Amino acid sequence: MNVSTTLVYDGSFNGFLTSVFVTFDEKIKVADIQKNNRSQNGLFSEIETVFTNVEKAKRVWNGIRNKSYNAISNVYFAFLSEKDGVEMMLYTYIQKLMRIKNGKHLDYSDSTILYIAQLAKKVGREKHRMEAFVRFQLTKDEIYFANIEPDFDVLPLISKHFRDRYADQKWLIYDVKRKYGIYYDLNHVEMVSLDLKDIHHNRTLKSDAFTEAEHEYQTLWNDYFKSTNIASRINPKLHKQHVPKRYWKYLSEKKEAV
Amino acid sequence: MNFDRIREKLNILADAAKYDVSCASSGSDRSNQKKGLGNASKMGICHTYTADGRCVSLLKILLTNHCIFDCAYCVTRKSNDVPRAAFKVQEVVDLTINFYRRNYIEGLFLSSGIFKSPDHTMERLVAVAKKLREEENFNGYIHLKSIPGASDELMYEAGLYADRLSVNIEVPTVSGLKLLAPDKKHEDFTKPMEKVKNEIIRYSAEQKIIKSTPKYAPAGQSTQMIVGASGESDKDIMYSATYYYKTFNMKRVYYSGYVPVTHDSRLPAIGSQVPMLRENRLYQTDWLLRFYDFSVGELLNNQHPNLDMDVDPKLSWALRNLHHFPVDVNAADKRLLARIPGIGMQSVHKILKARKFRKLNWDHLKKIGVALNRAQYFMVCDSRLWERRDMDAEKIKGMILQSSSGKFRNQYSAQLSLFNQQ
Ligand code: SF4
Repeated sequence: MNVSTTLVYDGSFNGFLTSVFVTFDEKIKVADIQKNNRSQNGLFSEIETVFTNVEKAKRVWNGIRNKSYNAISNVYFAFLSEKDGVEMMLYTYIQKLMRIKNGKHLDYSDSTILYIAQLAKKVGREKHRMEAFVRFQLTKDEIYFANIEPDFDVLPLISKHFRDRYADQKWLIYDVKRKYGIYYDLNHVEMVSLDLKDIHHNRTLKSDAFTEAEHEYQTLWNDYFKSTNIASRINPKLHKQHVPKRYWKYLSEKKEAV
Repeated sequence: MNFDRIREKLNILADAAKYDVSCASSGSDRSNQKKGLGNASKMGICHTYTADGRCVSLLKILLTNHCIFDCAYCVTRKSNDVPRAAFKVQEVVDLTINFYRRNYIEGLFLSSGIFKSPDHTMERLVAVAKKLREEENFNGYIHLKSIPGASDELMYEAGLYADRLSVNIEVPTVSGLKLLAPDKKHEDFTKPMEKVKNEIIRYSAEQKIIKSTPKYAPAGQSTQMIVGASGESDKDIMYSATYYYKTFNMKRVYYSGYVPVTHDSRLPAIGSQVPMLRENRLYQTDWLLRFYDFSVGELLNNQHPNLDMDVDPKLSWALRNLHHFPVDVNAADKRLLARIPGIGMQSVHKILKARKFRKLNWDHLKKIGVALNRAQYFMVCDSRLWERRDMDAEKIKGMILQSSSGKFRNQYSAQLSLFNQQ
């Protein structure tokens, strides 16, 4: 009997790519690919633990990229969605991709390919939202600090945007849900894992952690936001569609509305 | 910084600036230089949305709302009894930088009432932009208003620092302008436009030869027209928009439903409804002209001087031109596909891709995102069932309206999302 195998990896993107490498290399029949903290035994499959290997991961990365740039970003974006079962979908996607000559000719009427493309699009949307909705607050030690709580794990995706834009100020963007942040020290961006007890929502109250002027600028921004409304054109439904309510607590202009 | 004083000024000068609907921060590609502050991304970012769903991406303020002119449609006109204020150049710089550093905005949109003289005013606007670029090493987006009547020298300088320049024509017809803004001449608007256009052409020619040529207004020019203030027809508006696109290489023309701000017998009374649906239809028309290869005469002409309110302009055109339909989705070229109601440009591209693999049927088209409730009457695909049969235009229109009554309640939001794509 041809037994299928469940691969368990460390949850990192490189770990996932290594798993894909292993399946191709050892011609394994895959039952599932699972993160180690979420793995469940299938009844009829063997378990194999995959050790992340950057070299192997790179080969898969290059393999996909050589087929299509679009595909590699789709794979990465969809992976960061952290959706249950996304690994197997990606695995099938990559298999299909490898079978065709030119990645430009992906068949979008295929349900896996469509699913991954749509998932990647959702993650991309979240990335853009975060680029827009980050609100920095200046701390007394001169770091521009922001909390976010994105639906997907988008910090790795927004890092470049903020580094390019805010090259002359120190900043830290902290993901409240995933308990890690990206910190720019005027030279590099690094990932920092920290467990902040205080979540700094944009408060109406002054906070000790931040400069005097911080509160004033938030007030000015808040005023500005209010004055942009044209009363005779108001449309709350549309407003909420653009700025979903779950983000409000991090937006200084919405602090009174929360 | 005197916080309370700034706060007061900001409230007055942001309020007076909000009627300018343009808030685009796109189309420029200024990169961060010398490890300075900011960049302007090609796409532009909406950092938040107003309560009426418009994109907020720029700090949009007037330098001052003191004005020596008395244009009837404008809140800032001299005869209007409103509180007045004026920012100092440095105050605008500080506000912009501090908002930008907190990721509130993509940059600054600075306009002004005309104090003393057009040149005097323009000079101050330029001073703000220059300070931002040269002293703060700011690479974010700057949109300056070109003050009607400003000199060529100042317009030239403005383009060196600004990403976009705009003069709002406001009144689409020359006769309307005479009636509503008697102090202004048509040339006051077009002269700065002309100067900026010529400089843009000159700079981009030089850029081709010498790579290091500095940027000159990289996001181009735009203008705005008020809709519904002076009895103009949709045809007047769109023909004049087409003129500005062609003559001055405008990047965008904005249409702003007139919000009554004054008791003036020449204008709609305070409290009359803002013509938002009409505004929506004009944007749709503008979109068709720029991206769908329609010419203005096809959509508006002497027989049809005004757009239909109950259906969008593409559907309306299709209903008047049933002889072009049905179009075969599996064979038609791009231009023809784009003319089918219910098929947007995105769907067109998807169709072109997907039909390389197989002949497309209703199911495929639905998955691709085609609005079949409209498209079905105007196309055939890989299926023997097709819907139009022998229906006439009235009948088709009736069927479509019936099937999309839910959607139509949302047409206002459809306009705004279109508007925000820029
Ligand atoms: S010149 Fe400009 S600010 Fe002054 S009244 Fe006319 S439109 Fe308003």
